[in-house]
Amino acid sequence: MRRSLIGRTWPNAIAVVLFVFFIFPVYWMIATAFKQDSDVISRTPVFLPLNATLEHFDKAVHAENFWTYVSNSLIVTVGAVLGSLVIATLAAFAIARMRFRGRKGFVLVVMAAQMAPWEVMIIAAYLIVRDNDMLNSLVPLTAFYLMMVLPFTIWTLRGFIAAVPKELEESAMVDGCTRTQAFLKVIFPLLAPGLMSTSLFGFITAWNEFPLVNILNKKPDVQTLPLWLSSFQTNFGTDWGATMAASTLFAVPILILFVFLQRKAVGGLTDGAVKG
Amino acid sequence: MAVHSERVQTQSPGSGKAAVASTDEIVASGAGRTPKSGRPAGGPRVPARLTPYLLLLPAVAATVLLLGWPLLKTILVSFQNLNKRQLIQHLTEWNGFENYTEQLGSADFWRITGRTVVFTVVNVVLIMVLGTLVGLLLNRLGKKMRLTLSIALILAWAMPVVAATTVFTWLFDQQFGVVNWFLDKLGWHSMLHYNWTSTQYSTFFVIILLIVWGSIPFVAFNMYAGLTTIPKELYEAARMDGAGSFRVFTSVIVPIMKPFFLATTFLEVIWVFKAFTQVYLINKGGPEDLTRTLPVHAFLEGFGAQRFGAGSAIAVLTIVMLATLMAYYFRIILKQEDEL
Repeated sequence: MRRSLIGRTWPNAIAVVLFVFFIFPVYWMIATAFKQDSDVISRTPVFLPLNATLEHFDKAVHAENFWTYVSNSLIVTVGAVLGSLVIATLAAFAIARMRFRGRKGFVLVVMAAQMAPWEVMIIAAYLIVRDNDMLNSLVPLTAFYLMMVLPFTIWTLRGFIAAVPKELEESAMVDGCTRTQAFLKVIFPLLAPGLMSTSLFGFITAWNEFPLVNILNKKPDVQTLPLWLSSFQTNFGTDWGATMAASTLFAVPILILFVFLQRKAVGGLTDGAVKG
Repeated sequence: MAVHSERVQTQSPGSGKAAVASTDEIVASGAGRTPKSGRPAGGPRVPARLTPYLLLLPAVAATVLLLGWPLLKTILVSFQNLNKRQLIQHLTEWNGFENYTEQLGSADFWRITGRTVVFTVVNVVLIMVLGTLVGLLLNRLGKKMRLTLSIALILAWAMPVVAATTVFTWLFDQQFGVVNWFLDKLGWHSMLHYNWTSTQYSTFFVIILLIVWGSIPFVAFNMYAGLTTIPKELYEAARMDGAGSFRVFTSVIVPIMKPFFLATTFLEVIWVFKAFTQVYLINKGGPEDLTRTLPVHAFLEGFGAQRFGAGSAIAVLTIVMLATLMAYYFRIILKQEDEL
């Protein structure tokens, strides 16, 4: 069906407006980070940072404890994601491929846990950690982050495992593999995109987490980047250039990972595997 | 075979009991297709029957320890008088339902609850309506334009919450914020140097814009993904019958996408209801506590006022409200998906 010129134009016009709406805050963050101070606080906003400077990034990176925050964030996030991947792969395999009593109950618990109101359980988490003398430590933080991403990880991996045709596993076993071997040699390699995208989302969740670390770790040497960023605004007052440089440093790894892995994750690796 | 459920057997009639076994390794998986070995299977050995439980053990242990315990602790503390003194001296003072009667009898609690409900409804309506429209638009765009818009959506989606909150604070900055400049240029001159965090409504406006901006992409992408699964013939048939765009939407798209709408709406309700970081970081629940929502209220009562018992009671009440919503959500999900 042919559409009139207007009928063909308006979706594109709206799309352009929406494009600006969604991308502008991200653009403005990056643009401000590169601007000279005089441009940041000019009466008329400078939309293109033509005389760019790295001064703000320099300031942000040399802020006290920056690299400690970076390494803390990485330790906590990677620890939580890897831990939950191992635990979740086992559980996901069980619920995707096995029938047993209590399976449905477990699935329901996973779904409920996925929506757990961590935001209001901070008081209890704080009291538990404090009573066990583990405040200002990365261990309980990693453990809680693991739990925050675990239900989602189980749930998505279940989907990915269920999507691997049973025939593949079965023929491996007919050829003499044990079930464990069949899993490791046949299913596991096919799960790679699933593991990647799942860990990506887990990574983002843990990387972003603010309320819990804000309460549990008051000492700078065990804090993470979200705290650094939120305190940046307080410490540097109206230095928006440096604050935006800090935001950019914090956000860009996630943005890149997201755009890159989003594509990789969507791919039919198993599409042709069963044919023939 | 105890590990096989009836459903599996009906899926592949006749082969439900056929074990796909190499030697004596019995598979607990369902739906074995025609076994190539044709070797009849014996009953599962005890270890095989236990396998699923062993696989689930770490997940269950983690859930009990890291989720169950804090949940239990929240409930226990909500029945205690736990203030700064008791906290420092490690005292446990039970006070029955006192925290609950205090909260349920407090006008503040009900005002904040009402506010949280309105806040949630406004956000979710905006997210769902606009997200659906963006999804429909994605489906209609040409390839290049769709990719362009998708990139912007992905960036907004992926933007870390703390970073997004910081950026929005900067966009709405009183002195040098680009929003105030823009509104002034549009002719709304009183908005130059407007302090967005000075009133309840303007603060909520920023918070809602922030949440809606970050949440639309999820709905839009899911909507678009759902739309691509609707066969073209259905649209054509509807068009042949003389349906216009709106009619196609209500009669073709809505019925097919109904499960998606229900599930996503509930997810968004739950997410927005318990949103903490955005609300808290934009203005710490201010001005004058007028943008406190329930999670922020529980937090500020607990850590701000050092009244951990009262904070936990608010937390439990919030959890009860969320649990009620979730129960409703699960009923829908369970009806839709029998293949859990």
